[in-house]
Amino acid sequence: MHDLTLAELSAALYRGETTSEELTRHFLARIERLDPGLNSFVTVTAERALDQARAADAARRRGEAGPLSGIPLAHKDIFCTEGVKTSCGSKMLDSFISPYDATVVERLQAAGMVMLGKTNMDEFAMGSSSETSFYGPVRNPWDRERVPGGSSGGSACAVAARLAPAATGTDTGGSIRQPASLCGVTGVKPTYGRVSRYGMVAFASSLDQGGPITCTAEDAALMLNAMSGFDARDSTSAERPDEDYTAGLDAALTGLRIGLPKEFFGAGLDTGVARVIEAAIKELEALGARVIEIELPNTHLSIPVYYVVAPAECSSNLARFDGVRYGYRCAAPADLHDLYCRTRGEGFGAEVKRRIMIGTYALSAGYYDAYYLKAQQIRRLIRDDYRRAFERVDVIIGPTSPSVAFKLGEKTGDPITMYLSDIYTISVNLAGLPGMSIPAGFAEGLPVGLQLIGEHFGEARLLNIAHCYQQVTDWHRRTPPGID
Amino acid sequence: MTDKGWEPVIGLEIHAQLATRSKIFSGAPTAYGAPPNTQACAVDLGLPGVLPVLNREAVRMAVRFGLAIEARVSRRSVFARKNYFYPDLPKGYQISQYELPIVAAGHIEIALEDGETKRVGITRAHLEEDAGKSLHEDFHGMSGIDLNRAGTPLLEIVSEPELRSAKEAVAYMRKIHTLVRYLGISDGNMQEGSFRCDANVSVRRRGDLRLGTRAEVKNLNSFRFVERAICHEIERQIALLEAGGTVVLETRLYDPDRDETRPMREKEEANDYRYFPDPDLLPLVLSEDFIEAQRADLPELPDAKRQRFIAQYGLPAYDAAVLCASRELADFYEGAVAASGGQAKPCANWVMVEVLGALNRDGKEIGQCPINPRMLGGLVRRITDGTISGKIAKEVFEAMWQGEGDADAVIEARGLKQISDDSAIAALIDEVLRDNPTQVAQYRQGKEQVLAFFVGQVMKKSRGKANPQRLNALLREKLGAG
Repeated sequence: MHDLTLAELSAALYRGETTSEELTRHFLARIERLDPGLNSFVTVTAERALDQARAADAARRRGEAGPLSGIPLAHKDIFCTEGVKTSCGSKMLDSFISPYDATVVERLQAAGMVMLGKTNMDEFAMGSSSETSFYGPVRNPWDRERVPGGSSGGSACAVAARLAPAATGTDTGGSIRQPASLCGVTGVKPTYGRVSRYGMVAFASSLDQGGPITCTAEDAALMLNAMSGFDARDSTSAERPDEDYTAGLDAALTGLRIGLPKEFFGAGLDTGVARVIEAAIKELEALGARVIEIELPNTHLSIPVYYVVAPAECSSNLARFDGVRYGYRCAAPADLHDLYCRTRGEGFGAEVKRRIMIGTYALSAGYYDAYYLKAQQIRRLIRDDYRRAFERVDVIIGPTSPSVAFKLGEKTGDPITMYLSDIYTISVNLAGLPGMSIPAGFAEGLPVGLQLIGEHFGEARLLNIAHCYQQVTDWHRRTPPGID
Repeated sequence: MTDKGWEPVIGLEIHAQLATRSKIFSGAPTAYGAPPNTQACAVDLGLPGVLPVLNREAVRMAVRFGLAIEARVSRRSVFARKNYFYPDLPKGYQISQYELPIVAAGHIEIALEDGETKRVGITRAHLEEDAGKSLHEDFHGMSGIDLNRAGTPLLEIVSEPELRSAKEAVAYMRKIHTLVRYLGISDGNMQEGSFRCDANVSVRRRGDLRLGTRAEVKNLNSFRFVERAICHEIERQIALLEAGGTVVLETRLYDPDRDETRPMREKEEANDYRYFPDPDLLPLVLSEDFIEAQRADLPELPDAKRQRFIAQYGLPAYDAAVLCASRELADFYEGAVAASGGQAKPCANWVMVEVLGALNRDGKEIGQCPINPRMLGGLVRRITDGTISGKIAKEVFEAMWQGEGDADAVIEARGLKQISDDSAIAALIDEVLRDNPTQVAQYRQGKEQVLAFFVGQVMKKSRGKANPQRLNALLREKLGAG
């Protein structure tokens, strides 16, 4: 049953071949059996899930079921869930029970989905390996000695190990696409503003965007239908009509212009990964697409820019975790200063503190112009690069990550090397564009993701291309060994 | 005030709380005085994941202020985060406007003591959110935090350093106070902290073009405190400079109990706010149509109203200024004039002396006045048409104030109608003259002051109702004839 895609489960429920309760019990049992070796969940909400499943079954009997009704899912532990711990992978929020639901949670619940639990992640989404979590590292189901990528590593791992048919993630610099790539699943980072950020614990507000992690592009389209849309509670939410992302999935790719940025295929790209990407491009050409070489000349600046903008915003966003109102508070503070210092010193992990310090520095008087302002200027140049490219092509394609999943602990001692693993994904966030990663093959026996980058609000086109590709390949149906 | 060749240079930063129903970035109510933390929603508490949404009404109010001071209303302004840690600042930053405020480069005119007017430049006015309140009593060595006020919309109005005395500063502050209330954008309630200011004060040698080092005096929530604090600060700085010392750039707190300013503890001062544009809020873009609609909707402003009162009602400048102190009072006056049949000056006197006096006595605002403009106009009308005398009118006024109905009802119920019938008055005069032959003799011997005695006696007999003009005329007639 867990081999089925979300769309197939939806059809099975529709035909009465199974019930939501049965499905939910099945996935809960898998989590219980397999997750101890993977650590993809921070919280499993079994009872609540069964209640929701029974409610979904009852709704179905009343004839009130949509395509997502009764389908289990997991939420990244960055989305606030009413009455359930929302930890963000941090000691700081280990005791935080949210009094409200994030818009994404609310929408998926309204669509009838059943929450199995909350997934593990890099602390406050800061990391590319899911190793910075207060709850310990997540393991890659394809090789447990390797990382699943991050920061949505728990969600990608859970979907790859078929512990959930779908999960939510967030992507600030690649946090959906990179773990999707490393775990061999499909992940979509929508256009900035397409999915409400309300109730999503902020890391870098101008870059954060929630999205789905699923087995297939079709499943992602179904999820995105429910997740996306204008939300008056998020001022950066785009006021656009809702779209049916499944409508154009099968459109032919004849004449599709694919842009290959030469900057994505240079030094630093693992040869095994390069081979897989080249094969995937051939596959797309066979479907009628035409390849055009393009330039994104400021790509090399995206990591330095990102590591000014994102820490600057996070240094401010994380100021609220001060031990005054909720979350962790140090024991017996001597005075206010002591309360602040020890609460934050003890409550945050090393990577979070590193970024808060970088960001505080970048915003300081005398440095603001040289760092933050300059970074914003370069950010515009990066956006312009993409705009020019999209005058000539319909989609930009390349690797999601320069390498396959790396070993646990391999990069934790060297933050710069870790940061470089997001080289192909970060510029997409800086430009606010939609991007996705789909399974495209294997190198050294580990999954390789193909990245698709679209124009603003071009999610439907990306899903269409990914879906067509998945109709002629089966990489997305491969499952890690030993998960049955 | 101390001078000794020194010239004070003062600029004010006024914080006016905007009279919106909900907060500037959340839907929680702004009403004052609720139990702690009952008017703070998830957004005000700064819970993880919450986002601000700008209150349109606060924007509209800021635009109206900008138009009223003939400022530049920015077509594009930007909200920024002012970062600092404080327990009553839930997010660890205050959302404010920094580089691009919504209102820039305006001015108002203030009246100086010598009767001249002075134009005071207003550098900028920007929107921002208020913080919560720390409570230090009753918590056994700990502090309580009340976040009801967190997120309340404020308009910070920054003047140019063009004020030259504490009196000018107060005149400026009063002018802004009147203006925001006219515009209906702030209740201006200073006890509740809806209208407060910080003063930047420096002194320099008269004739010197350079500015001296300034000190910022915080926590000024009454006109009196502003005046006292600035006077003190000027004297302190002059004394310091004359003793060969230097003024340090610092924030000082005014302590009204000890009537002095003193430096804030260093911890309360943040040095680097790390301002940057708030990524949760898009730049605020205003259309020409929106701004013009606000302009068209502006009420008559205080200066214009004052000029009109002088021209239309022929009032002295002083009266016009008193009556235009608030829109409500001016409306009250105009309502009374209309109801009185155009008795502009008598109405002005009644409003300024009796109405304001009684309000002051009872500790009431004009909005709580127990008599309405129509009732006051009706009273003035009855004086004009001779139904009652001015003296009786005061009794009628007091009765109206106590809720006995309008002037006609009181006059009727209390039988206060003036006696204007000559034969009735003459009969009373005859009685008085008959009863007081000694005084009559004195008058005849040339002691004219006795006339007042007769008037008083007749008035007493008529219980105040005799028409004073007729009484005087008839009395002289009778004494002359006698």
